[in-house]
Amino acid sequence: MPDALLVLADGSAFAGRSIGARGRADGEVVFNTSMTGYEEMLTDPSYAGQILVLTYPMIGNYGIDPAVEESGRIQPCALVIRELAPFASHPRSQGTLRELLESRGIVAIDQVDTRAVTRRIRSYGVMLGTVTTDETYEEALARVRSLPSYDSIDWVSTVTAEAPYDWEAPAEPRYRVAVVDGGVKRNILRLLRARGCAVRVFPASTPASVLLDWKPDGIVWSPGPGDPDLLEAAVREARALIGRVPLFGICLGHQVIGRALGATTFKLPFGHRGGNHPVKDLVTGRVTITAQNHGYAVDPAGLVEGAYVSHINLNDGTVEGLAMRTEPVMTIQYHSEACPGPLDSTPMFDRFVQMMAEVKGAP
Amino acid sequence: MRKKPESVLIIGSGPIVIGQAAEFDYAGTQACKAMREEGVRSILVNSNPATIMTDQEIADVVYIEPLTVESLERIIARERPEGLLPTLGGQTGLNLAVDLHRAGVLDRYGVRLLGTPLEAIQYAEDRELFRELLRRIGEPVLESEICHTVEECLAAAERIGLPVVVRPAYTLGGTGGGIAHTMEELREIASRGLAASPITQVLIERNLLGWKEIEYEVMRDGAGNCITICNMENLDPMGVHTGDSIVVAPSQTLTDKDYQMLRSSALRIIDALGIEGGCNVQFALAPRPDVRPWTGDTSRGLPYYVIEVNPRVSRSSALASKATGYPIARVAAKIACGKRLDEIPNAVTQKTTAAFEPALDYCVVKIPRWPFDKFALGDRRLGTQMKATGEVMAIDRCFEAALNKAVRGLEVGGRTLLWERPEWRDGGELPLDATDERIWALMAALRRGAEPIDIARLTGIDPWFLERMRNIVQMERRLLSEPLNPSLLREAKRLGFSDEMIGQLADRLPEQVRELRREWGIRPVYKMVDTCAAEFEAATPYFYSTYEEENEAPPADGRAALVIGSGPIRIGQGIEFDYASVHAAWALREAGYRAVMANSNPETVSTDFDTSDRLYFEPLDEEAVRDILENEAGTGAPPASIVQFGGQTAINLAGPLRRAGLPILGSSAEAIDIAEDRQRFERFLQELGIPQPPGSAVTNLEDALKVAARIGYPVLVRPSYVLGGRAMEIVQGPAEMVTFLAQAAEAAPGKPILIDKYLEGREVEVDAISDGESVLIPGIMEHIERAGVHSGDSMAVYPPLHLDPDEEATIVEYTQRIVLALGAVGLTNIQYVVMPRAPGEPPQVYVLEVNPRASRTVPFLSKVTGVPMVKLGVWAMLGRKLRDLGYPSGLWPKRNLVAVKAPVFSMSKLPAVDTHLGPEMKSTGEVMGVDRNFEAALYKALVASDMALKPKSTVLLSLSDRTKADALPLIHKLADAGFRLYATEGTGQMIAALGLPVTIVTKVLTGNHPNVVDVIRDGTVQCVINTPEGRFTGSLRDGFHIRRAAAERRIPCFTSLDTARVAVEAAVRPAAYDIRSLEEYLAG
Repeated sequence: MPDALLVLADGSAFAGRSIGARGRADGEVVFNTSMTGYEEMLTDPSYAGQILVLTYPMIGNYGIDPAVEESGRIQPCALVIRELAPFASHPRSQGTLRELLESRGIVAIDQVDTRAVTRRIRSYGVMLGTVTTDETYEEALARVRSLPSYDSIDWVSTVTAEAPYDWEAPAEPRYRVAVVDGGVKRNILRLLRARGCAVRVFPASTPASVLLDWKPDGIVWSPGPGDPDLLEAAVREARALIGRVPLFGICLGHQVIGRALGATTFKLPFGHRGGNHPVKDLVTGRVTITAQNHGYAVDPAGLVEGAYVSHINLNDGTVEGLAMRTEPVMTIQYHSEACPGPLDSTPMFDRFVQMMAEVKGAP
Repeated sequence: MRKKPESVLIIGSGPIVIGQAAEFDYAGTQACKAMREEGVRSILVNSNPATIMTDQEIADVVYIEPLTVESLERIIARERPEGLLPTLGGQTGLNLAVDLHRAGVLDRYGVRLLGTPLEAIQYAEDRELFRELLRRIGEPVLESEICHTVEECLAAAERIGLPVVVRPAYTLGGTGGGIAHTMEELREIASRGLAASPITQVLIERNLLGWKEIEYEVMRDGAGNCITICNMENLDPMGVHTGDSIVVAPSQTLTDKDYQMLRSSALRIIDALGIEGGCNVQFALAPRPDVRPWTGDTSRGLPYYVIEVNPRVSRSSALASKATGYPIARVAAKIACGKRLDEIPNAVTQKTTAAFEPALDYCVVKIPRWPFDKFALGDRRLGTQMKATGEVMAIDRCFEAALNKAVRGLEVGGRTLLWERPEWRDGGELPLDATDERIWALMAALRRGAEPIDIARLTGIDPWFLERMRNIVQMERRLLSEPLNPSLLREAKRLGFSDEMIGQLADRLPEQVRELRREWGIRPVYKMVDTCAAEFEAATPYFYSTYEEENEAPPADGRAALVIGSGPIRIGQGIEFDYASVHAAWALREAGYRAVMANSNPETVSTDFDTSDRLYFEPLDEEAVRDILENEAGTGAPPASIVQFGGQTAINLAGPLRRAGLPILGSSAEAIDIAEDRQRFERFLQELGIPQPPGSAVTNLEDALKVAARIGYPVLVRPSYVLGGRAMEIVQGPAEMVTFLAQAAEAAPGKPILIDKYLEGREVEVDAISDGESVLIPGIMEHIERAGVHSGDSMAVYPPLHLDPDEEATIVEYTQRIVLALGAVGLTNIQYVVMPRAPGEPPQVYVLEVNPRASRTVPFLSKVTGVPMVKLGVWAMLGRKLRDLGYPSGLWPKRNLVAVKAPVFSMSKLPAVDTHLGPEMKSTGEVMGVDRNFEAALYKALVASDMALKPKSTVLLSLSDRTKADALPLIHKLADAGFRLYATEGTGQMIAALGLPVTIVTKVLTGNHPNVVDVIRDGTVQCVINTPEGRFTGSLRDGFHIRRAAAERRIPCFTSLDTARVAVEAAVRPAAYDIRSLEEYLAG
């Protein structure tokens, strides 16, 4: 029996070597094509419930550094790679990836033909799978086939903050920003702080009235995992925020606000996960290379009067951003906070701050 | 939005020199194709005939003319292009565009510069302006000072602190630069650097020796959209020119924070510059402090500096193109025509656009190919001045495997990563400083137990690379000690160990390892280079081998043939062979075959994904080629291989392929063996009754001395089975024979050594095409230099100037008989020497050598005769008959033109290499001058190869006793034409004795000044004529200093009186020359 197995719901299996905790981990198998940033990806809450396959073949080269983690824990349930670096080399490295995986109890496998896995997912769509170190192929496959669908689980509730908390305040706070935590990444909070925002993070289930009671100058609806179809309550609360306060939705937040604006969401065959997706701003015509991590997208049919598509993905034409003509609402499907990925979209945070400034300055 | 131009002038990069190689043929070819797609008429100018871009299939109008302002202006006046694209022809093309602008030519004819604006180019290239720009946008600027005199340099170094780096402005490949550790060194390097810079300017810079060197290939369109194509990490840290560094893509030791920090910086820079097209940005990034300590703020991102920006398509962009699959030059050309990135379709996925960033799911390793196998006495140390002539690239899923494959691809005497210099084994000190052999020395040190971190501290190489190399060493140990079983063998293959390496370690023959692999089912699979890490389905048929599960390159339907390419560019095997390989692929496709290409060279057109139906990026050794053929075969029959076009690399595979029972198209391995096996060839010619210089093949010194005594000195000595005349020499007597034989034996161990009577006659070269029944001879070329100068270093003239009809007829007749008797099918190259004869005597024609393959003259001859030689050769191999294709047997009618091919050398880049011409090839490239008469064609060739003499300038003569008498008419001619003469003692006395004015300078370098070297260095003389005594006599060293000084000063230096004679003739009577397109010349 091989040391570890990756078994997909379609019956395909890949043998490899266990490089983390032993045991089993089940989830939706997705791939990310970023060439750097494994530690950021591993701590991105949007991967909750998923088995992360990295297409770049040598992982762990520069070790680990807690300062770059995007949340307090490892989020995907398992990691699948071609090869784990047996040693790490970097001025900031404080340990190896293997140590991280082992210490956090994460099941992981290497020596896998990850390109073959990726091609399979690209051709047949994302599917459930398991990484297992103690089962036969038949046992694992039987178990995978009985797993509940990824889309049926409310993953946001597994990653959101339990209670509101304040992020470290800037020296001279100029704005109060409430962040609805659907699975927020720390860099969103860091970038807001760097722009003079005092940030309070609220659980995803926080009612609009509670958010507004805090008197924010703006609200950011964060990225997060799972199917937005399951977030009807959140959509309802978001709808109540439109027009009341500048609103910035990122990724899942974009989908939630999109639904609040009358749009629907649908599942992409294999999602967008990587640091190289071209997004076109339909207003300026500019193309920006963006970091992406999402499995669902917004279908703009049904958008309310006054809302429009502001950005599209050049690869497949899907919606990458929404805005409203008269209300201070902007949403983006991609990750302007990067980490990992290109920093080209951080000006979106400036745009949000500008939006707050305009509203605040208005009589 | 700018309007699309109707027509565009594209300037090529001229001859191949160190620092400017085949990558610009690839770039120019892609640009022309892009123009055609856009419906823009392309007018191409290049002086280098051995290029695909100068094919009439590629550009709409082709000019093979010197790259000077004068000839460019005449072309512009004739063609009136609307635009000029300056950023695809390397530094040569860029400098010429700037010159044309400065000369007012562009304004005069209303030509607008396309792509990156001139102002941006000036900002990027002028160091002072560039630093100003960096400061403006808040990018870190390295402490440095711009200097124009040696004194300024010394003062700057006082302020910055030694060691300092000297970087000359506006030069190729860092020519003339260096790192100075002492003021004495600085004085020398600075004066050399100032001389090398066309604007006499150098940069004195803080030394970042040992910092990481990282490059980004970036692209920006006219609307301001910016993308990164690829980043690359140099294994060799700062201090070694990036062209001489082992480079890995993508970066391996950068975190996402580091990666994005530098990426953002690169994009800010190209945006601030206003680049419209491709651009390369080089950074120095702080290393691990335990490797090289540095001071700075450690709480934020790592400190970095912007080192350099190339505002054009470069060698690095060719590498990045091949490493990612993203066609940089093509997209850059379209941007220049006014397209935005999101308006350009992605040719790879055919669904997305050019506005995206490639994602790699493999590791790429590039290793430079240095010429020190040819120039054993050259200075092998690597620094800021590039010395490599070419490079290889390898792709695999891990660094170890890519490194192993890249080393195999280098083709340095069959070396694998296991190679060690014999003296290292005796406990000698390992040369861990940067040289061409460092990678092997590092492996040797690791084998002896050195710790990666200790080596890192010595060399500045990041420990990550060294740990990975130690991983290879650990596998070596396992193969030495453990029994070979399926899992061990598979692990070794996954680390890139070749069958030969495994065999060597596990005590088996390579063939036995291959047999075990077959038995155990351990075969490579082929994965696609698709720009997107498999995210999208891609249409490019571009593959690399690896040991994984899924094979993405199943055998395809239809008849196919494999073209074996020529590997890295090196002296003796240049771009000519890539030209032939590309045409072979095209000919196959045109004949309805699937063309499959195998090559390891990222700079070339042959490794462009649209040249063939399937491209395998692999080292060109037996194992890789057999694996490819087996993969192509699947369960059916393997396709046939074509070995005639890839130079010696491909032809050397004929034997192994035959032994493996694999089919070869065209001349059989048997025919190849007859031509290359001295004894068989001698017998073969005897049977035909065709004379060759008397001689014999020997395997030991005793026989060598006997043979030489029998045929009489001087004799020509060379090892068999090598290209470019490696280790070939004219030997004057027994003592020299002893010295020489030792060297020859080292160059080709175990192979016979050929000894021939040296016939100092007129050398003539012929390329022939045969279908096995008839033989077409497109043309005869006559060499300017007498036999004894390697044909690759000779000037050649088409059609011949001095052959009489009888001699020509004899050559044609011999050629036909040899080719038919050999059974050669395809191309054959034959070299003859024609000896003077008395009136009434029959022609004295001797065969020097026969090569049953395409030679380096194929592109030149194809272009000047209009005969599509490669196509006919391939079609003949496929069984078509020349007669049916409309080509008669015999000599093709001469064209109404004269073409002169002249060699180009890179000697200023290679300190300590002797420049004199001899039987060993030394040139790196060639140019062609074509016109209606010899004088004009010669003039163009001399101008294009920088060998033209300025009228009435000062010439230094230093002649060997042997050649003094021969030189008399030349000396008179120089004096009569108003040249001022300088000469060394002996030569000067002779000139004075003739009653001519002459200034005598001493050869003695230790005595009074000015000596002979001083007058060259200080610019007193503008040309040198120096005939050496021969390598085995004392005076060679004096001549050596003269020749080196001339090379470094970049003035013409003639070591053959024959070349000097025509050059002087051209300067005495400057010819009026025409400017015409190749098509017009061919039309008569």
